[in-house]
Amino acid sequence: MSAIEISNLAKTYQVGFFRKAEKAALKNLTLEVRQGEIFGYLGPNGAGKTTTLKLLMGLMFPTSGSATILGRAISDPQVKQSIGFLPEQPYFYDYLTARELLEYYASLSAVPAKERSSRAQKMLDRVGLGGAANTQLRKFSKGMLQRAGIAQAIIHDPEIVFLDEPMSGLDPIGRREVRDLIQELNDEGKTVFFSTHILSDAETLCDRVAVLNRGELQGVGVVADLLAETVGKREIIWEGASTALDALGTKVKIVGDIARTVIDDRQADAAIDAIRHAGGRLKSLMPVQGALEDYFLKHTEPGAIAEVKSE
Amino acid sequence: MTTSRVGHIAYNTFREAVRDRVLYNLVFFALLLLASTPLFGKISIGLERIVLVNLGLTAVTIFGMLISIFIGIGLVSKEIDKKTLYTVLSRPVRRWEFILGKYFGLGLTLLVNTLFMAVGFFAALLYIEHGFQRSDVQLLCALYFIMLQFMVIVAITLLFSSFSSPMLSALFAFGYFVIGNFAEELRGAANLLDGVSRAIVLGISYLVPNFTAMNVISQVAHSEGITGALLLQNSLYAILYSAAALSAAVLIFENRNLK
Repeated sequence: MSAIEISNLAKTYQVGFFRKAEKAALKNLTLEVRQGEIFGYLGPNGAGKTTTLKLLMGLMFPTSGSATILGRAISDPQVKQSIGFLPEQPYFYDYLTARELLEYYASLSAVPAKERSSRAQKMLDRVGLGGAANTQLRKFSKGMLQRAGIAQAIIHDPEIVFLDEPMSGLDPIGRREVRDLIQELNDEGKTVFFSTHILSDAETLCDRVAVLNRGELQGVGVVADLLAETVGKREIIWEGASTALDALGTKVKIVGDIARTVIDDRQADAAIDAIRHAGGRLKSLMPVQGALEDYFLKHTEPGAIAEVKSE
Repeated sequence: MTTSRVGHIAYNTFREAVRDRVLYNLVFFALLLLASTPLFGKISIGLERIVLVNLGLTAVTIFGMLISIFIGIGLVSKEIDKKTLYTVLSRPVRRWEFILGKYFGLGLTLLVNTLFMAVGFFAALLYIEHGFQRSDVQLLCALYFIMLQFMVIVAITLLFSSFSSPMLSALFAFGYFVIGNFAEELRGAANLLDGVSRAIVLGISYLVPNFTAMNVISQVAHSEGITGALLLQNSLYAILYSAAALSAAVLIFENRNLK
């Protein structure tokens, strides 16, 4: 059984006051997330990531299509017992202390009354907020709120955790901690579905990723497979005869006597011959490691690229 | 389980209200007004009790109504704006449970608040009368009717806030409260009209809550009795009216996309 199965899910909004026009936020999304994997949901701002998550959480209703979580329709209230959700840029009841907040959410998720207090403390310790258990959330920094948000998403020990931009707004240490936490959740056997536009996080953590742009799925698969699409290039480094490859029309970087350029796979033999013929000495010829960023940029239009953070 | 979830949401709503400074400011002004009512009584020699009951219970009504509307309008919209609702509805909580929880939470806040103000009111009464009379039991009936009005107005506020902005919800709810206090007069005025205008005015007079029947302040100030039939009638009316308004709120909220 899949953790999440999405079939032709679409969401259209009506925009405009007098002259109503339709705007498609999500177009016929079909996607499968397997149990126990960390699944990255990538796309630039406005790609439809949050819309997808809201549809899965039942906060919005699809225009068409369907989705199941652990084999149950998303409209089935029983589904919610098995999932945890962290919204983007979360804000919580700031008049509550961190402990009160977690106890409240635990009560709504049917955690037995006698376990709520101990589980709240355990979760706070886990996200590094053990010392701030009795502090009101209005005194929390953004990073602390994000951590409290993750704690509330897992307080009831869900099977699937949905995180909407969990690293957004965090400093490098905070991001590292959240990354470790996601990995820990996965090690415990939980399925983690997280949306992000920070590609390095997805590259580090995810078993598989999906790339979304303008509401349309651009690609889905194992990170290595997706990256294979972007390779097929080799980096060649040689000494002397720096103009040897001018005929190939590639941009050559020269430092002292050493020249470096990137060529297509099929040009490799010709390049080696050209260097030897010009009296140069081949030092290295290595396949170029593709990056998720390359795939991402290739599948999102130029306008969107400017909004993408690739850290 | 449903009862328990509604209860938890209600308790959290109550907790939010009691930790809000606005509530304390309103209660403080209400108690200040109640404390000053014996002074007004002294101005009107021989009418101390009438003035005190009229002023005191009107203060309880107005301040309670302000709390109902100003806290009520934010019950749903604030949760949507701040996205706190997302983390609630992504749990096994149905939307109607959320609405009911909010309703009972604010109801509990108003009950506690009315009890506080009632204590202040009876303390002022004790101060000017140096004791209680048997007919003062009627004052409890008046306070009960005031509480019924609060429960109706909270349901109406929730209904408006389930589809409109907080500002509009406040205006609508306040308009309903004012018109509701003239429901009987409106029905009387409708009888003087004919045709379509009669039907419209009559329709409005039955659509708005009939607060006239629940306002017995003048009667109890003059120590007039409250009948059991009125108690029953007002209780049933408030329950049915609130249930209808809450059902409409749930119906709208159930189909709302939370953008």
